[in-house]
Amino acid sequence: MSGIDQAVLDRHGIKDDEYERIVSLMGRTPNLTELGLFSVMWSEHCSYKSSRVHLKTLPTEGPRVVQGPGENAGAVDIGDGLAAVFKIESHNHPSFIEPYQGAATGVGGIIRDIFTMGARPIALLDALRFGPLSESQNRRILQGVVSGIGGYGNSIGIPTVGGEVMFDETYSGNPLVNVFCLGIAKHDALVKGKASGVGNPIYYVGAKTGRDGIHGATMASAEFDEKSAEKRPAVQVGDPFMEKLLLEACLEVMATDACVGVQDMGAAGLTCATSETGSRGGVGVEIDVALVPQRETGMTPYEIMLSESQERMLLIVKRGREAEVERIFEKWDLHAVKIGEVQDGDRLRIRHNGALVADVPNRALTDEAPLYRRPFQAPPNRAELAAIPATARGTQPSPRESFLSLLGSPTIASKRWIFQQYDYMVRTNTIALAGAGAGVVRVKGTSRALAMSVDGNGRFVLLDPRQGAKLALAEAARNVACAGGLPLGGTNCLNFGNPERPEIMWQFAEAVAGLGEACRALDIPITGGNVSLYNETDGKAILPTPVIGVVGVIEDASRLTLRAFPESALDIVLLGDNLGELGGSEYLKTIHGLVRGVPPALDLARERSLLQLLVGLSADGAVRSAHDCAEGGFAVTLAECCFENGGVGAKVDIPSASSDGGIDRLAATLFGESASRVIVSVEPSKTAAVLAKAAGAGIPAARIGTTGGAIIEIAIDGTAAISCQLSEAEARWATALAAALAHRAA
Amino acid sequence: MTFAVVVFPGSNCDHDAYHAAKHVLGQQARFVWHKETSLGDADVVILPGGFSHGDYLRTGAIARFSPVMAAVREFAGAGRPVLGICNGFQILLECGLLPGAMLRNRDLKFHCEHVHVRVERTDTPFTSLCSPGQVLKVPIAHGEGNYFAPPETIDQLEKQHRVLFRYCTPSGAVTDQANPNGSLNGIAGICSEGRNVVGLMPHPERACELSVGSADGLVMFESAVHAMSRAGALQAVAR
Repeated sequence: MSGIDQAVLDRHGIKDDEYERIVSLMGRTPNLTELGLFSVMWSEHCSYKSSRVHLKTLPTEGPRVVQGPGENAGAVDIGDGLAAVFKIESHNHPSFIEPYQGAATGVGGIIRDIFTMGARPIALLDALRFGPLSESQNRRILQGVVSGIGGYGNSIGIPTVGGEVMFDETYSGNPLVNVFCLGIAKHDALVKGKASGVGNPIYYVGAKTGRDGIHGATMASAEFDEKSAEKRPAVQVGDPFMEKLLLEACLEVMATDACVGVQDMGAAGLTCATSETGSRGGVGVEIDVALVPQRETGMTPYEIMLSESQERMLLIVKRGREAEVERIFEKWDLHAVKIGEVQDGDRLRIRHNGALVADVPNRALTDEAPLYRRPFQAPPNRAELAAIPATARGTQPSPRESFLSLLGSPTIASKRWIFQQYDYMVRTNTIALAGAGAGVVRVKGTSRALAMSVDGNGRFVLLDPRQGAKLALAEAARNVACAGGLPLGGTNCLNFGNPERPEIMWQFAEAVAGLGEACRALDIPITGGNVSLYNETDGKAILPTPVIGVVGVIEDASRLTLRAFPESALDIVLLGDNLGELGGSEYLKTIHGLVRGVPPALDLARERSLLQLLVGLSADGAVRSAHDCAEGGFAVTLAECCFENGGVGAKVDIPSASSDGGIDRLAATLFGESASRVIVSVEPSKTAAVLAKAAGAGIPAARIGTTGGAIIEIAIDGTAAISCQLSEAEARWATALAAALAHRAA
Repeated sequence: MTFAVVVFPGSNCDHDAYHAAKHVLGQQARFVWHKETSLGDADVVILPGGFSHGDYLRTGAIARFSPVMAAVREFAGAGRPVLGICNGFQILLECGLLPGAMLRNRDLKFHCEHVHVRVERTDTPFTSLCSPGQVLKVPIAHGEGNYFAPPETIDQLEKQHRVLFRYCTPSGAVTDQANPNGSLNGIAGICSEGRNVVGLMPHPERACELSVGSADGLVMFESAVHAMSRAGALQAVAR
């Protein structure tokens, strides 16, 4: 008697047809424990059941790919027999319910994914999205998330070297916390999450299991409503100290060859770790949950299997090597407990004090999970979104006024208030200080450095998902190339609304199609990632937000190129065309409160040439700085090149844009967000050579002015457009975020 | 010259101190696990930064009970050089080798940034190659670096010239604005009465190469090497 009725199925988020599939796969009705296993493994979060058919279309292979999707993280070759192991993952839902712990455990989770592969984590990035800071709840969430990221990352000693933050009303009830982690491993030392060798013991290591986080994966697969706060017990509590011990001990164990497989316990906990290692290895797995260290009494097998307590690992150890492994964990004051062993066959058998309580084929939980081709349809308001309303035409604020407003917009303003709370220097590899473009860490023992960036402008994706996703990849790759990094691979975190709504599914399908197209054109394979759906509150979805992380290698770390103009009297050269595109721009949002229009065009072939050009210019030492034009357009980008460098201003004269962006030609020229543009500074003696190289690469380029002075001066076709004291511009940019956070309701 | 870097569970700047001593300075360096009871052939002992035991009770409060600390006390008692950086400084305070305590930063936030400190004294093994009043650009990365002690302790520290570093402006002025955490008298680092035990909140080991933002911290390690080789030479002469 299993006692499974409709109410039980509803509580487990299992649909009727899914239950029928379970019964058919099992050849009988499941008991409650077995149903629990299916409910977490078949949740959207673990099974990717709505997204898999689309994700399969992404390019995942390339000459430098060492590990593609399907393992705990992807990896690319960076030379010298080393691999960069990296992945991005979301922790959106928990961070809304409990910002500090939600964000902290997000950091902990992705770090585990990296060291599970046998790689030492050396860098973190965060892509964060919040609602407007005029609302106290959003300020509270931002502060909690930032503290949580710092609290975990600082303590464990992995530097947070960069990231980006954007704001929009749609993130108010649904913040995004996407954490990227990168580690380094020798190719031949990569460890897989695979069980093998019948009779090999299975060890449980790390924190004890409690009742926290039960059904976390299921929670992350549902929309929010006003009752969400009641789900707080499903958010786990992080212990960075425990994870630090686990990290060091696991790396020490993996440096021996005593392990055949390692898997962390993240979403769906022990259930996921056992069934995935078993199914990847094509073997049976048997454990006795009574042996699992528990921090609460009276836990049932159901609770133990579904718990998402943090900082736990599963190791499959070679038979006969147990004592060696136990000794290492003992050194770190961690208990490694044998809870079962690898068996013949293909089943996951769960015992409780010897009695069989669940017996399921591994593959039924993993590979046999449902696969949905959910219907999708373009939303009816596409034409409306594409049109910029007439209200935005007519008189615009003065360029100087708009310039200062944009510099003070939280999306553009300095994020120092945030990254100063992160230890971005620990391990002394950070060679590009946080907050200035791509994060860059050197690889000790080699001449190389790794540049990494995460980007994704949800406004562009809302207006045209296919185009927006292409732009996201291109921007991340451009940031990496600006630093001098040759992009080697990417990872994606796809944050969308409820996939059961055809227009959301359309956004998703279009975005993945666009991403795939851009990845192929730019030669950047996707090596893994994460999908976060159901990002909705009370039926209102977030801006569709694919966040793309790109990793590139700088062959000679000493050739690193930074964003800021390093000194006066350098030539300023603009690469790329200004098409005056204001669709989806920060200008339209900040000045007119609109998210409308058509996102910027992107010529992928030209972008590819631009990336190669940037890497070459940097490697040759031909440029002194490089910065990609993004939110706020040319004027804001130029200002950012002048900031945080001891006061080197700029004087430039640029040609008028080829379009008025549907609003105003002056605004379009200064603040339009045309893609594939980069501002570089060049020794005057090298300018001709840089222009020639650009011409050779088919990239439009022009010398537009000179660095120096205490003023930012922009003229258009010889007529002054903006003249602003550098100190005034920088003060606005530097203080806006702290000021917005200090806001107190009267 | 051998630098011993003590590794507590939760230390996370151990590799950085090791890298500075071994790869930047070219000296011998080795890790000493906190459960060990001997420092072996160490000439200089470094208690590195991090979050020993998670800093869950109080920063450094548990680490002082580690078996290795008896050896560290003995080493310090013999007048030999011990450097506590950040969490290592906090451990030295907890174990009583240095006086005072750390409060949370006055704005209650973790701070990671480059700051400037003024070298107040050059008569210690870790500042001997500095010039008096020299300003060093070094990073801080802490949530609890707000140095506090009773007035009589502060008086004594000042009278005995045991304040080694104060937070200052780039030009060397000790101002409240240049003080990142609220430390009394702008104190960033102090030494023991014997002057051989030094603790500071900033991270000199993170400022040993220009490529990571500053090389101003290297002088502290070079000072130690200089001081120890001079001591060695004197010993040799005496023999």
